Amino acid sequence: MLGKRPWKMAAGAAAIVMLVAGCGGGSDEAEGSENTVVLGIAEPKHLIPANSTESNGSQVLSSLFYPLVNFNEQKQPVEAAAESITSDDNKVWTIKLKPGFTFSNDEPVTSDSYINAWNNGAYGPNGNDGSYFFERIAGYADLQSKDPDGEDGPQKAPEPKAKTMTGLKKVDDTTFTVTLSAPFAGWKSVLAYTVFYPLPNAAFSSPGVLNEAFEQTPIGNGPFKVVGKWEHDQQIVVTKAAGFKGPAPKVEGITWKIYQDQQAQYADLVAGNLDVQTLIPIESLGSAAGDLGDRLKKSPSSDFAFVGFPTFQKEFSNPDVRRALSMAINRKEMTDQIFLQSQTPATSFVSPVVAGYRENTCGKWCEYKPAEAKALYTKAQGPKEIKITYNADGGHKAWVDAMCNQIKASLAVNCTGQGEPKFADLLTKVDAEQPVGLIRLGWIMDYPLMENYLGPLYSTTGGSNYYGYSNTAFDSLLKEGSEAATPEAAIKKWQEAEDILVKDMPVLPLRFGQNTYGFSERVTNVEVDLFKKVNIYKIERVAS
Amino acid sequence: MFRYLIRRLLQMVLTFFGATFIVYALMFANQTDPIQALAGERPITDSQRLALTERYHLDEPFLGQYWHYMKGLLTGDFGISLTNRKISEMMADAWPVTIRLALIAIVIVAIVAIVAGVISGIRRGGTFDNVTLVLTLVVLSMPIVVLAPLARLVFGIQLGWFPPTATRDAGFYELLLPALVLGSLVVATELRVTRSAVAENLRSDYVRTARAKGLTRQRVVGVHVLRNSLIPVVTLIGVDLGNLMSGAIVTEGVFNIPGVGFNLFRAIKTEDGPLVVGFVSVLVIVFLMVNLLVDLLYAALDPRIRYE
Repeated sequence: MLGKRPWKMAAGAAAIVMLVAGCGGGSDEAEGSENTVVLGIAEPKHLIPANSTESNGSQVLSSLFYPLVNFNEQKQPVEAAAESITSDDNKVWTIKLKPGFTFSNDEPVTSDSYINAWNNGAYGPNGNDGSYFFERIAGYADLQSKDPDGEDGPQKAPEPKAKTMTGLKKVDDTTFTVTLSAPFAGWKSVLAYTVFYPLPNAAFSSPGVLNEAFEQTPIGNGPFKVVGKWEHDQQIVVTKAAGFKGPAPKVEGITWKIYQDQQAQYADLVAGNLDVQTLIPIESLGSAAGDLGDRLKKSPSSDFAFVGFPTFQKEFSNPDVRRALSMAINRKEMTDQIFLQSQTPATSFVSPVVAGYRENTCGKWCEYKPAEAKALYTKAQGPKEIKITYNADGGHKAWVDAMCNQIKASLAVNCTGQGEPKFADLLTKVDAEQPVGLIRLGWIMDYPLMENYLGPLYSTTGGSNYYGYSNTAFDSLLKEGSEAATPEAAIKKWQEAEDILVKDMPVLPLRFGQNTYGFSERVTNVEVDLFKKVNIYKIERVAS
Repeated sequence: MFRYLIRRLLQMVLTFFGATFIVYALMFANQTDPIQALAGERPITDSQRLALTERYHLDEPFLGQYWHYMKGLLTGDFGISLTNRKISEMMADAWPVTIRLALIAIVIVAIVAIVAGVISGIRRGGTFDNVTLVLTLVVLSMPIVVLAPLARLVFGIQLGWFPPTATRDAGFYELLLPALVLGSLVVATELRVTRSAVAENLRSDYVRTARAKGLTRQRVVGVHVLRNSLIPVVTLIGVDLGNLMSGAIVTEGVFNIPGVGFNLFRAIKTEDGPLVVGFVSVLVIVFLMVNLLVDLLYAALDPRIRYE
């Protein structure tokens, strides 16, 4: 009687729901028939070269852009989009471009494409992540501004003095010069980085101002171009750019599939919906060998994990305390048991992937010698309480706890791991000089030079030298190396600088990373480079 | 009825502003250094920090930031996230798939819970009743962080019945496994509530009267008992619908669905105040609307209820 209406309504509503839900989907991606591959990434932060310093964005951009230089097997820079990069004094560099290159919208690549892109990238108010790469170019400082009353003050910062760097000069359409503020022998290697890609005129809405929409469909000078636009949190589809003059990739297109969760990505890899995952999550490493067989591969990466000693905590000021702690831990046990050999023990202060790396520079201080460690620690009157502070969102708890247990066992002191929610919280505490104890840190290089480890991590002004290590002898050796006439002379100076680190032990080297990657049965020739990027020129589909 | 509606809608406005204010204040209190949080472990140059601080008004006090935000919100502008995307676009991307997921889940849950609940209510203490009790308890006691990856592993990878991940344009089939997982959060409670309500109503006077009138058993259970037993269940379903939309953080993460839960998780992680508040504001509206609908449904189910 009365009761009938609500039922019909409910049934109708349910039917509509099912219909709506069913209709939404159904856009099957054509798989298998075409010569394309699906590569997994996480959502890039940005797709503007100067603003892409994380691996996801730079991986996608590597398919859209063609760099000035590439690295060969020996990590030496070789010209790619550049015809030649030369300098007599390591200060004024002349870059000659290969003629005939165009952007995927058929705009020719000229010196202006580079000069405009770099000026835009370096301009302070644009707030680009990668702007610090331009620091070495003369005139960089004039593009930055300072807030007159500090960050929290009400006054706005004035406009920077200039919009273009004085160090960039156009010679002709395919030649330009870069003047550095100080000589730097490794400049050619730096130029391989993502931030030094050119931008077409189409990227700018007015001179020096980037078009808002450009980031959604970046136009590059590389082997691929974007199809449609960046589908946020979902995928970026690229297809071969017809006019590309460089080496031709072996696939017709790439779908950069975006995952929020490493394990979801791994599930898709195993289920066959994904062709390459560059980082197998540690939780799945146990089963990965069985799931993937010989499609699970390892390759060197530039990761360097270490803990730093805060200089503001007096109890760590004695180098013997730091050495004792270093000898108290068993690096190999940690990499074997916790990282299942996906990382290797570190006993040097720079990664093995850079030229100039020497094995085991740390020497006996990085060997596991619990008895000696204890004797040294007691003699140096090390603190009875050790704390290791780490950010809890990075999966560090397991090894920090293991390290603490080793310290406890070797030195008979109490050790606790202190998790901070985020890295930013950790930095806040360090800045406030709170007693954080040992600080968990890591480094991924930007360009394969020893200097890229020594400078940011150990120099007095280093951007990632959060622990405040400062040694003038080290700083001057580093500077001498950077200004040396040849790369070989530079390496010699940098190695001398590393020897100072062995004496001072400002940090405990712990682990060097490796890429642990997996791929599907559909692809072959999969290489993952030092920067965790898949080599998009070599990857091939298996003929089926 | 009309006056009741107006009153409820006015209350909603107050609730909405109160909720956004509280969420914004909480986000503000939680904010240590959003620029660093966004950059992860990379160092930030001074001029970049300066530029971003001014772009997002991070140097202003709480009320200033809230004012900027509300001013935008009231003119329909949700602002931009710290990743420089329009929040309105992010919401347009995220909501449809979450709504689909929640609706599929709630329909499955409602069908399972009501059918099984009625059967076990009628045959109290029988085999079916005991088996469903045990099964629902097992599902209920498994946290979703275990259940979701387990379901993905078993049904997505090992058996291969369902795709292990879904996308934004996922269809019914792709969303079925995530919806089942999501629904398992609430199915046990709804089933138990239906069961006890049916069991109780079966003993009531009007059921005896209906039987005495000579009505068929089907009619007695299907109309008289069920309709009265549904009142508490409908309340639950309404509240659960909101819960499922906001509570899909784990499920959406595990099945790679770029919906509301995922966006909220990311926004909280990167201390992205405007993004969190944007999504939460819409969630608040969803909760309010669903609650209003539930209250109105009462009247349809129970003729004794009248709204003035």
